[in-house]
Amino acid sequence: MARNTINSLSSADLGVKKTNKWAEAKRQPFLLISSALLLIYGIIFYYVPVLGWITAFQDYKPAKGFLKSQWVGFAKFQKLFENKTFYLAFRNTLAMGVINLVFHFVTAIAFALILNEVRVMFAKKFVQTISYMPHFLSWIIVTAIVRDILASDGIVNEFLMNVCGNKMPIDFFAVKGYFWWIVAFANVWKETGWNAIIYLAAITAIDPSLYEAADMDGASRFQKVWYITLPSLRPTIMILLLINIGNVLNAGFELQYILGNDVISDVSKILDVFILDWGISQFDFSLGTAAGIFKSVIALILVCLGNWTAKRTGDERLF
Amino acid sequence: MKKKYGVGDIAFEVFLVVFLVVFVVVTLYPVINTLAISFNDGFDTITHRIHFIPHMWTLDNYKAVFAKEGYRQAAIVTVARTVLGTLLSLVVNAILAYVISRKKFLFKKSFSLFWVITMYVNGGLIPTYIVFQKLHLTNSFWVYVIPGAVSAFNMLVIRNFMNGIPDSLEESAQIDGAGYFKIFTSIISPLCKPVYATITLFVAVYHWNAWFDAMIYNKMHDELTVLQYELMKQLQTAMKSAGSVEGLKNSGTTITPTSIRAAATIVTMVPILFVYPFLQRYFVTGLTIGGVKE
Repeated sequence: MARNTINSLSSADLGVKKTNKWAEAKRQPFLLISSALLLIYGIIFYYVPVLGWITAFQDYKPAKGFLKSQWVGFAKFQKLFENKTFYLAFRNTLAMGVINLVFHFVTAIAFALILNEVRVMFAKKFVQTISYMPHFLSWIIVTAIVRDILASDGIVNEFLMNVCGNKMPIDFFAVKGYFWWIVAFANVWKETGWNAIIYLAAITAIDPSLYEAADMDGASRFQKVWYITLPSLRPTIMILLLINIGNVLNAGFELQYILGNDVISDVSKILDVFILDWGISQFDFSLGTAAGIFKSVIALILVCLGNWTAKRTGDERLF
Repeated sequence: MKKKYGVGDIAFEVFLVVFLVVFVVVTLYPVINTLAISFNDGFDTITHRIHFIPHMWTLDNYKAVFAKEGYRQAAIVTVARTVLGTLLSLVVNAILAYVISRKKFLFKKSFSLFWVITMYVNGGLIPTYIVFQKLHLTNSFWVYVIPGAVSAFNMLVIRNFMNGIPDSLEESAQIDGAGYFKIFTSIISPLCKPVYATITLFVAVYHWNAWFDAMIYNKMHDELTVLQYELMKQLQTAMKSAGSVEGLKNSGTTITPTSIRAAATIVTMVPILFVYPFLQRYFVTGLTIGGVKE
């Protein structure tokens, strides 16, 4: 999606000769008026908040506003980097983001490959329809589900006690080692079917003659998946990886915010919760903004790094 | 060209069947379990483990949900924001996509860039909060509808679809004397129905499931609460007070927080679960439009 997007920006602009500009402008009042209105909207809701980044260099007081608040330079960033919780929050966000990214790709591709092997159309359609369902549930509902199945009287503990012979129920939300994997599992449960849509579509676009040729050579089903389907998906995988790498620091919110507690906050607190704690609850708007800027900058670096790597390896890239 | 089935092929088929069954059960269990609990007597759920089928049928949990003032108000606000927000979003994103996809539009390149940048750079929570406050959007219903109306991602999905419509249609309409607005409403939009359906679904689901804006911007206004925020508050209470069953037993009601939460969850799930299977072919094409499938 984004490849098309960004490449066509530079290539599709045809440009109009200067002499014709006024004549052309008279022909497109609808385009000009609506774009002007949308420009104002975009400035107000997307660009002015970015100007708000200056609050990170001030000791922002709501009563004084942007103009009269005292300038403090990088003091807020210094305060941020001296904060131990901030480091933990950054580590946790990055760790959960990376784990989610890996699971996202592995499960979506594996699911698409397996589903593609189902030859009974009715079963395939049915399973696929079911697989989208969790994507449409809210994160609040998914968080509630995670909490319920992992509760001391939930189905997981019931299984562990009755089948695996555990004597006591495990309190999953009181053990630091489990939390990241709970988040990863919840993401897999919610999004695998949805993420597989693009791969399934890409698989249908593979030239059938490749499989016919492989049949002639006596390739097994597994060999066809490994040597034809998977390599054909490479461009799709690379472009989606690039799109998602900038989102690594958006490691979700609800699970960490609602399920995180004092016992496991060392591993459950993420940057967004940190920002919320400081910005909205403790009214240190400047510190919250500084943390937000840090997050944006890291995300931008990751996107550029991914793009640069793709350029080096000769793969698809975003820009 | 029929091949003989070997042991490997049979093992593979068995694996497929087992995998699909496990996948479907794992996906559906939490939802069916919630459904069963929502129809089961609250006390009975505490003493009796419920999996797929209710043990003591009752509609009390649903009656309790609908009787609660908070939920009723939240349902009204949620429906209102979903309908208004989706309509507004569809109209403005369609216009924006149309403008940007016109080859002769004078500011095509710079205006596209203006919107693509918004996908990568944003102010973040706190500056956005301050701006909304200054615009008097906080403590109001409109904060749900107006700020998110234009989204560069949705616009690009529509634009990619519009780019696939042959230019000759536009040109012949221009020869017939149609302006850009006329071409948008009577030529391009009717052809864009599939992608409009996709975006409608995406945006409607977003609005239906949103809660964060209710907590951040309208926390002090119970009349502006939304369904998911009510669920979230219940969930937070449940996290804190797991095991105060005794107190409930003396209160004379058979409705427990768990059972009412299950009923409320089902109520918020149902509209989406009934709609999405019918829109499947739209969102599948919507998602794969553009570069990926070429």
